[in-house]
Amino acid sequence: MLLVDVEKQLGDFRLAVSFTSNGPVTGLFGNSGAGKTSIINMIAGLIAPDRGRIALDGQDLDNTASHLHMPPHKRRIGYVFQDARLFPHLNVRQNLDYGRRMNGLDLDKSADPRAVRLLDIVLLLDRLPAQLAGGDRQRAALGRAPLAKPKLLLLDEPLGALDESRKAEILPYFIRLRDEASVPMVLVSHDANEIRKLATAVVMLKGGKVTAFGGVEILPKASF
Amino acid sequence: MSEISAEEWTAILLSLRIASIATLIATPLGIAVAWLLARRDFWGKAALDAVIYLPLVLPPVVTGYLLLLTFGRKGLVGGWLADYLGIVFAFRWTGAALACGVMSFPLLVRPIRLSIEAVDRKLEQAASTLGAAPWRVFLTVTLPLALPGILAGMVLGFAKAIGEFGATITFVSNIPGETQTISAAIYSLTQTPDGDIAALRLVIVSIAIAMIALIASEILARRATLRLHGY
Repeated sequence: MLLVDVEKQLGDFRLAVSFTSNGPVTGLFGNSGAGKTSIINMIAGLIAPDRGRIALDGQDLDNTASHLHMPPHKRRIGYVFQDARLFPHLNVRQNLDYGRRMNGLDLDKSADPRAVRLLDIVLLLDRLPAQLAGGDRQRAALGRAPLAKPKLLLLDEPLGALDESRKAEILPYFIRLRDEASVPMVLVSHDANEIRKLATAVVMLKGGKVTAFGGVEILPKASF
Repeated sequence: MSEISAEEWTAILLSLRIASIATLIATPLGIAVAWLLARRDFWGKAALDAVIYLPLVLPPVVTGYLLLLTFGRKGLVGGWLADYLGIVFAFRWTGAALACGVMSFPLLVRPIRLSIEAVDRKLEQAASTLGAAPWRVFLTVTLPLALPGILAGMVLGFAKAIGEFGATITFVSNIPGETQTISAAIYSLTQTPDGDIAALRLVIVSIAIAMIALIASEILARRATLRLHGY
């Protein structure tokens, strides 16, 4: 269960959102500038709220009333960024392994090859990020975050850089991740179709405020 | 041009030793200071910034004299170090290394600071979401990505240290075999009748050392860039 009840002033933009979600996949839906990325940056701990509380499974991650701000590396919250953010000095294999090393996890011989196969990145493992095309880079980033075994996975427009056929190939990977690994996710997207396919609960955002909360049926019918 | 004499060899090897040790000790300190200046805001940051660059703009003789007052046998720090730890700087080669380290510090810190500032903070954020504590983010992301700048800073610092003259001669004098570096030896030779040829030999040696250091840094930087970015 994820609880978000925060306020944050970012320049002229004021973010004030409150929602709780039990869904395996919570979709944050809204136009650009609605505050979607700022919200998941706060959940990840990359920025601190001015006021409010963020809690995951009953544990406070942020609570301004008790001056609590847990640093990102202690949260065990994975993040797939819009701009891949692979480490340029490490090859794809080392990038995928980074989270396991930092968390002192045992080598999981089954998880790695499965992710590698699902994401179709076997041939990329020994390459450096600079040698990859945009779509390949994003697929490597999609593999990296779940392999750190997070308690929650944040996805910021994860399929944005991929073409339609790649999207169709990778979506099943997320559906399996959702159904088998039982890693709850927060998916940020401006694409109603994407959210409809993956999300079980939807938070609609506009101008830094929640305008609606519910199931996928609240999404606009005629998607663009 | 006859062969390099034993005294000249002594000065050359001493210079290399002093500059190497000064650079090796100054580098970790320089990385720490560069990181503080690049990544942290704290009270007195502007003052720290100014103090580090001071040796670059002060007359070297002033820096040398200040070192003598501080680290000399009767100096505040120097006296304490000698009495309690047995470390003596005054008129020893260790003092020459200290002077070279202080004088070359601004040149060492600057490229390191610039290269740390150039590391994309978004990558550091990504590392933290993957569970890396701040010190591990630094060791596994920031430091390797700043490596070309660190090498450049080390070479610049080394080149400055090997040529340092004013602060060294003021602090630890010009004692053959102990504190007489190449620069000090050249200076002495130019003050001696018939010293011209020997001075010229040492001039050629110092040009050669400088050239080798610059070429080595170029090769190292190119390799580091290749390793980091794949082109």
